[in-house]
Amino acid sequence: MNQALPQLFAKCKSENRAALIGYLPAGFPNQRSAKKIIKSMISGGVDAVEIGYPYSDPVMDGPVIQAASEQSLANGTGAEDVFELLAHSAQLGAPSLVMSYWSPIEKYGVAKFAAAITSAGGCGVITPDLTIEESATWRDESTRNEIDRVYVVAPSSSDARLKLVSAQCSGFVYAASLMGVTGTRESVSGNASGLVAKLRTTTQLPIAVGLGVSTKEQAREVASYADGVIVGSAFIKIIQQYGGGRKGLRKVKELAQSLSEGVRNGK
Amino acid sequence: MSAPEINAQALGHFGPYGGRFVPEALIAALDELTAAHESALNDPEFQRELTQLHATYSGRPSIITEAKRFAEHAGGARILLKREDLNHTGSHKINNVLGQALLTKKMGKKRIIAETGAGQHGVASATAAALLGLECVVYMGEADTKRQALNVARMKLLGAKVVAVTQGSKTLKDAINEAMRDWVTNVANTHYLLGTVAGPHPFPTIVRDFQRIIGVEARAQVLELTGKLPDAVLACVGGGSNAIGIFHPFIADTSVRLIGFEAGGSGIESGKHAATISGGTPGVLHGTRSYVLQDKNGQTVESHSISAGLDYPGVGPEHAYLNDIGRAEYRAINDDQAMYAFSLLCKTEGIIPAIETAHALAGALEIGNELGPDATLLINLSGRGDKDVQTAAEYFGLPL
Ligand SMILES: Cc1ncc(COP(=O)(O)O)c(C=O)c1O
Repeated sequence: MNQALPQLFAKCKSENRAALIGYLPAGFPNQRSAKKIIKSMISGGVDAVEIGYPYSDPVMDGPVIQAASEQSLANGTGAEDVFELLAHSAQLGAPSLVMSYWSPIEKYGVAKFAAAITSAGGCGVITPDLTIEESATWRDESTRNEIDRVYVVAPSSSDARLKLVSAQCSGFVYAASLMGVTGTRESVSGNASGLVAKLRTTTQLPIAVGLGVSTKEQAREVASYADGVIVGSAFIKIIQQYGGGRKGLRKVKELAQSLSEGVRNGK
Repeated sequence: MSAPEINAQALGHFGPYGGRFVPEALIAALDELTAAHESALNDPEFQRELTQLHATYSGRPSIITEAKRFAEHAGGARILLKREDLNHTGSHKINNVLGQALLTKKMGKKRIIAETGAGQHGVASATAAALLGLECVVYMGEADTKRQALNVARMKLLGAKVVAVTQGSKTLKDAINEAMRDWVTNVANTHYLLGTVAGPHPFPTIVRDFQRIIGVEARAQVLELTGKLPDAVLACVGGGSNAIGIFHPFIADTSVRLIGFEAGGSGIESGKHAATISGGTPGVLHGTRSYVLQDKNGQTVESHSISAGLDYPGVGPEHAYLNDIGRAEYRAINDDQAMYAFSLLCKTEGIIPAIETAHALAGALEIGNELGPDATLLINLSGRGDKDVQTAAEYFGLPL
């Protein structure tokens, strides 16, 4: 199996902290800026990167990522851009995954997609709308290509379901902190710590929490019980506000630095 | 350590189509709904309540009308119209809504959300919510709120909240996206009352089961009237609920052709259409695998149709399957053909059909001329056209 994620989580554990995972859609605000943003995220302290594959019907996403996806698609972003950005991120030394709704993967060809992730140096794929029941081909191809399979579980998941889904994950389990779509929130839902506690009884894998985390305080709070903290909308909002130029890049790096302090003070 | 067994068998597949492609957050609600539906099917009390609502509220059974003057334009074939337009609220949509609204009560949920294109499903949902004392929010693409303004007003009069969706193509597809986002957020107290045979399992099965009554009644009515089965059963196909409702009880009758008519918009070759089976490819949209209008990257392509209720780039998975196994046929009818048939039914029979339905009527003209005067065609007259008066007046250049 690919060792990038296990090594990262082992390192974080030895440093008594959580991993900071940053999300950015490919091609946003354009591909050139996206590369620089990834670089700023990593130099600010992001440990692992999720490259989003923008999709026309993102039902798991709130207004911020919807707008970013729409802009990226208007730029003509396609699979090759996703793999290019993934390779860029991996070359900068961060374990890098793709996060994609299922439709683009199926259309590209499941086997071809898995192979392309490996060739780009990626370590896994997060599939927010692929149920484990529809995963037979994906299980085979991700295994064959030695990439991690990350499914997203939710506070509404039953204990039996958590067991079933986490058994199909590798790398880490993605725990959605709340019932709802992506986007920044005033506070991290109280459901998140309970969900992580339940997951601990069903899986040995690291658990990363996403949805609604945008500040250092929130990162610290989540890091107190989770192994990874996922931040997406907050980075995108900065670019929407300041653009992908020098100012935006500086703000991205500052946010990464501040979140990275957060994940170091949780334990 | 071996992983626990996954049971993919039970998850609503139609051949390679159907299934569930949804966030894990919705699985518990979909399982709960599946269980509620299965128990309702075998619950005499539930069935009695639904039958009672049909008989005393929505007006079932709906009648059959023979369209003799219209038939003169359809090669002289015998044309029988199943009058779903006479149902309370004006279309077949109420059949599914009453069923799901009772399921909502059974599950103890107090709030329903719905998507709507033409507004017929939204009106039916708002109606059932008023009747059963449920809170109702309807998501409708902004473009559709304009072309179906009458129905927006009806929903508001009935006490529903109508949310105009401004994302994407601002039509039915985007209304479904917003409804799904609402559902992911409020699933604990909310039922998503989906209006067609699309979406994740169990929706394609539930909606079909509640719409089957159209075909069950029509099959008996046609047998009684003509002494034989019809040669073909025709319906328009948006998501496919009125079509599957009338087709399903005829599937075992292999002598009966089942023909669905999709919205051809400005013509399939123009790229501006909503003919998902005729002009699309297999893919995943809104939680199910079926035919989809999509580009080479699996991004959904915007659909186009003069009919808001057919303006959808997906189609129910059971139709995809019936198409592939050759049990049903699907053809495209473009805007102009539909509007010609619309006008013809108005002037030959005194019935103003919904523009959605007019696609099936245009299909009847085509099939009647192909099969000739010995043929009997059963057509699902899925809805009435009051909501379309504005669009039709503009199309025909009538001053309002
Ligand atoms: C009268 C009528 N017929 C047909 C349709 C299309 O839906 P379906 O294909 O699910 O029957 C609609 C949808 O709004 C409608 O209002």
